[in-house]
Amino acid sequence: MKRSIVYLLLAFVLVLAACTPAAQTATQAPQQGGEITLGLVLSTLNNPFFVTLRDGAQKAADAAGVKLIVVDAQDDSAKMTAGIEDLINKKVSALLINPTDSDAVVPAIQKANEAGIPVFTVDRGSNGGTVVSHIASDNVAGGKMAAEFLCKAIGGKGNVVELQGIAGTSAARDRGQGFNEYMSTSCKDAVIVAQQTADFNRDKGLKVFENILQAQPEIAGVFAHNDEMILGAIQAAEAAGRTGIVFVGFDAIDDAVQAVKDGKLAATVAQQPAVMGQMAVETAVKYLKGEKVDASIPVPLNLVTKDTVK
Amino acid sequence: MSQVASRPVAFDRRAFFQRFGLVFSFLLLMIALSLLSERFLTPANLMNVLRQATINGIVSVGMTIVILTGGIDLSVGSVLALSVTVGASLMKQGTPVGLAVASALGIGTLLGVINGLMITRAKIPPFIATLGMLTVARGLTLLYTQGQPITGLPATFRWIGTGVVAGIPMPVILSLAVFALGWVFLSRTKYGAQIYLLGDNPTAARLAGVPVDRMTVLVYAISGFCAALAGLVLVARLDSAQPIIGQGYEFNAIAAVVVGGTSFSGGEGGLAGTLLGALLIETLNNGLNLLNVSPLWEQVVKGVVIALALLLYKVFSPPSK
Repeated sequence: MKRSIVYLLLAFVLVLAACTPAAQTATQAPQQGGEITLGLVLSTLNNPFFVTLRDGAQKAADAAGVKLIVVDAQDDSAKMTAGIEDLINKKVSALLINPTDSDAVVPAIQKANEAGIPVFTVDRGSNGGTVVSHIASDNVAGGKMAAEFLCKAIGGKGNVVELQGIAGTSAARDRGQGFNEYMSTSCKDAVIVAQQTADFNRDKGLKVFENILQAQPEIAGVFAHNDEMILGAIQAAEAAGRTGIVFVGFDAIDDAVQAVKDGKLAATVAQQPAVMGQMAVETAVKYLKGEKVDASIPVPLNLVTKDTVK
Repeated sequence: MSQVASRPVAFDRRAFFQRFGLVFSFLLLMIALSLLSERFLTPANLMNVLRQATINGIVSVGMTIVILTGGIDLSVGSVLALSVTVGASLMKQGTPVGLAVASALGIGTLLGVINGLMITRAKIPPFIATLGMLTVARGLTLLYTQGQPITGLPATFRWIGTGVVAGIPMPVILSLAVFALGWVFLSRTKYGAQIYLLGDNPTAARLAGVPVDRMTVLVYAISGFCAALAGLVLVARLDSAQPIIGQGYEFNAIAAVVVGGTSFSGGEGGLAGTLLGALLIETLNNGLNLLNVSPLWEQVVKGVVIALALLLYKVFSPPSK
C-alpha cells in the first residue's frame, strides 16, 4: 500500500524528468568594450506572440547597433531564473524580462539589482525588485479604441452591452475603464443596458449573453473585454436568430481574426508584439545612453477590422 | 423520489419533506424573480434556463452517484476538457462523427476508471486522487491542444447542441434522458441499493457481499462518462473546444448536489434533489443577468441566496436521527 504510493511518486518524477528539455540559451559571448549588449528573457517562444516580439526587438537592436542575447524560459520559472543568472554573469548592459510569473521573477530581478544591471519588464510586470520601466500594451487606450469604433458602427445611438472580464483583474479594470470613459463622454446617445461578467471565457460568454438577449429585445452593439467572450456571445446570437448586432472583441486571437474575415465579428483590438519588442529595446538603449525614461511605457494598439485584416 | 425500495417507510417521509423544502425555496426564488423582471417568466426564457442547466446537470448526475458512495470527484472539469478536445480534433481530422463522439466518451470513462483504481488499489483518498487527475488531465489537455482552441466542427455534430426536436432543445432532451437513466440505475437496480449501502456504511456493505472495489471504480467511471457527455453538448453549442474549457465545473456540480440535499458523508440523497439544485443555481445565474446585477455584487448575492435556500430547507426538513 505505502509502496504503491512510492512507485506512483517515482513514476511522476520520471515523467517530469522526461518532459524537461534543457533550456536553449543563445551562446553568443558579448563582446567586451564600449558596446551595448542587451539580454532579452522571454517566458516562451512556443507562442507566436512572443516570437513576433523577439523579431521586433532584434530589428530595433540591429537598427541601434546593439547586441541582443535572447533566452527562452519555456514557461518555466526555474529556467527563467537560471537564464537571468547566466546573463548577469555575462555582464549584459541591461536586462529585458518578460516574466513567466510576476512573483517567481522577483529574486532574479533582485540579483540583477545587486549586480547593478538595469532591469526592464515587458508585457508582464514584476511584483518586486527595482525595475526601470515596464513596457506593455495600454489596455485603457484599447478599451477606448473599441468604444470609438463601436460608437461609429452603431451610428452613435442604441443599446450597448459590455461583457466584462474576471472582476478584479487589471485587464478587466483597464479595458472597462477606457471603454466606459469614452462611452460616457463621447457617445452620450448610446445606452449601456447591461454590464455583466463572463470571466474571460467562451462558454460563460455564451450563457451570459443568452440571458441578456432574453432581457433586452433591442441590442445594437456588444463589447467584450476579450475575444473568447465575444465569440461565445456571437454563438448565442446566432442560435437565437438575432441579427444586426455589432460585436467588438479584444486580443485578436486566431479564432477572432477568422470571425472578422467571415464578417461575424466587426472588430477586435490587437496588441502589437513587434512594436512592444522594438520599444523595449529602444527604451533600454535610451536609458543606457543617459536619457530619462518613464516608469511605464504604453505600447499602442491597433484595430483589426474587415478593412485591415490580413 | 430516488430511494431504494428496501428502505423503511419513515425514511421516505423524511425525504419527501426535505424535497418539499427545496421545492419551496425554488418556487420562492421564481416568484421573486418574476416580480423583479417581467422578462423572467416567459416561455423563451424558461427554456433558456433549462438549456443552460443541462451542462452542469449532466455532470451533476455523475457527481451525485459518486458523492452517494461517500466519495468526491474533483476531476470532472479537466476530464471533460481532455475528452472533448481529443474528440473535437478527431472530427477536424475527418473521423466520422459517431466514432469521434464514442472516443470522447471512452476517454472520459477511462479517466474515471483510473480515478477509481487510484482510490481502490493505491488506497489514495478520493479527494487527493481526483485532485491529482484534475491537474494531470488539464496539463495533458494543454499539451495536446498546444494551448490553441479547436474551432469549426461538423454540422451533424453541432446538432447535439443546437438541434430542436418537437420544440425542445436537444441538450434538454439529452440531459433529461441522463437523469432518467441515473434515476432508474439508483432506485430500480440492485446496484443502486449497493451504492446507498456503501455510502451509508462501507463495512456493512463489505459484509453484505457488495463488491466494494468494483462498485467504486464503476461510480467514478460513470462520473467520467457524464463529464465527457456534458462536454460534447457544450462544445456542440460553442462550436469550439478550448484548452481551458470546463475549468471550475467541479464546484458547480458539487454545489448542485449539495443544494439538492445529497449528504457529503454518503448514503443519503438522490438525483431528484440534484435536478432541483442544478435548476435553482442556473435560475439564479439567469436572474442576476436579467436584472443586470453588478459583477462586483454577483458573487455575494449568489452565496447569500444559496445559503437562504439551504436554511429554508433545513427549516422544512425534520431533524435527522
